[in-house]
Amino acid sequence: MAATSIRPDEGLRAPGADGGLRQTFRNKYLLRLLVRRELRARYKGSLLGLGWSYVRPGVHFAVYFYIVGVFLGVNRSVEHFPVYLFSGMVLVNLFTETLHSTTRSVTGNAALVRKVFLPRELFPTASVLVSLVHFLPGLMILSGAAVAAGWRFSPEAAGAALLGFAIVVVLGYGIGLLFAAVNVFFRDLEQVVDISMIVITWSVPMIYPWTHVRDHASGWVLDLYLANPLVSAVFLFQRAFWLPGTDAGFGYPPHLYARAGLSLAASALVLLAGRAAFARMQQRFAQEL
Amino acid sequence: MTPSIVIDSVTKDFTLRHARSIKEMSVRALRGQRLSDRFRALDDVSLTLHQGETVALMGLNGSGKSTLLKLISGVMRPDSGSVLVRGRIAGLIDVGAGLHPELTGRENVHLNGAILGMSQKEIARRFDEIVEFSGVERFLDDQVKFYSSGMFMRLAFSIAAHTEPDVFLIDEVLAVGDPPFREKCIGRIRELRGEGRTMVVVAHDIQMLTGLCDRGITMRQGRVIFDGPTAEAGRLVREDRMARRAAAVAGEPGTPP
Repeated sequence: MAATSIRPDEGLRAPGADGGLRQTFRNKYLLRLLVRRELRARYKGSLLGLGWSYVRPGVHFAVYFYIVGVFLGVNRSVEHFPVYLFSGMVLVNLFTETLHSTTRSVTGNAALVRKVFLPRELFPTASVLVSLVHFLPGLMILSGAAVAAGWRFSPEAAGAALLGFAIVVVLGYGIGLLFAAVNVFFRDLEQVVDISMIVITWSVPMIYPWTHVRDHASGWVLDLYLANPLVSAVFLFQRAFWLPGTDAGFGYPPHLYARAGLSLAASALVLLAGRAAFARMQQRFAQEL
Repeated sequence: MTPSIVIDSVTKDFTLRHARSIKEMSVRALRGQRLSDRFRALDDVSLTLHQGETVALMGLNGSGKSTLLKLISGVMRPDSGSVLVRGRIAGLIDVGAGLHPELTGRENVHLNGAILGMSQKEIARRFDEIVEFSGVERFLDDQVKFYSSGMFMRLAFSIAAHTEPDVFLIDEVLAVGDPPFREKCIGRIRELRGEGRTMVVVAHDIQMLTGLCDRGITMRQGRVIFDGPTAEAGRLVREDRMARRAAAVAGEPGTPP
């Protein structure tokens, strides 16, 4: 038997007080195991396993490409439309999946939350990491397609991609923390989030070029549209992966990077707010679940 | 003696919501029924447990034992009063909460060990011991969902019993498993006790508790009614049980939980 681990000099503390995001990231081993568990559980007993993370975006892509690209003719007005479409899609999928899984992350682990004290932030954090795992294959396919369409590496492209990615992850994490906590008290949120996926998909210039909004909507609608951080993020990803391969001539709205910087700042504020709200609400998780 | 757990005038209320959806709420409102009830799970409880003590927490169902354990483990916070604990806490509160059916036994040892606060190194060091104690070596690489309920419980207990906590909370887990394994569990608890860990045990088997613990606390409707020798604490619970049984026989609704 190992020697006792009792440290009598250690002071008395309130149990359950040492939670929070910092503690979550300190516990890397547990976080890694939780991510692995979630991946394993999601594809339990399926033949394709992680292969499904290719099939789902693949089908989405095919539908949008044929309906919007070929039948509705966007293919002719937007050069390399498949790359254009896919560069927005990987990012939007990352965002919607993050939202979907974080919202359910605490309620899905109700048994654990009720029985063992863990920093509860672990669960939404693990969900965000799982979404990032699913994002990787899409990103690789996108890079391959971009190279095939004549894309070459440039520091500006890399910077734009990184900034767009950062906006989506920070915003998704922030809203995810908030939703994970609120969903414990109001399960309706799950339904709301699922419905909002459709709105999110069509409210960014991923399937159609943003110029349609400029030409057909009134000024304040366009301003509102461009204020969406996700719109900036999609612009940046297109700027990174699609624009370099085209013959130019496609104009983005002015102040693209200024808007993106503001979007990142706003997303960071959302993350801080989400973190604070989660920390407050998690004190009542065990009795609500 | 060094205090290990200090509970100072703790009160905890629960709100029981009878209606969740808008439809249910409006139906109840129209009928003039209450939408929710509050009840007091713990009422001004104060206790100090010292390091190395093994304490039996006794009482009927609903007397507040489990709520008290949850407050000690940090899963819940008291509404008023304070709970302070020294050192690392591990709970055997409903074994198996951390076991995931889709993972193999091996993976579950790592996952559940980490959930209970062990580091990667600690788990690696104690892995063989955990597996040997649980007796599921042959099925270690099978998914836990194919385990019998006995194997499942044994693995869960074994992981929790090897976490080396300073404060060990045990809730109703000794009732599971076959008699030989139960003996083994009690043996393991004696061993942990010998190492000077603080233990709080909740169980319905008064005889077993009397043999295992050096202090008994009896709870009734959220209050501590007795704190002293285990045998006397057990006697009070037996009395409560008789009273409840008698009430049930007389056709009255039993004492409120």
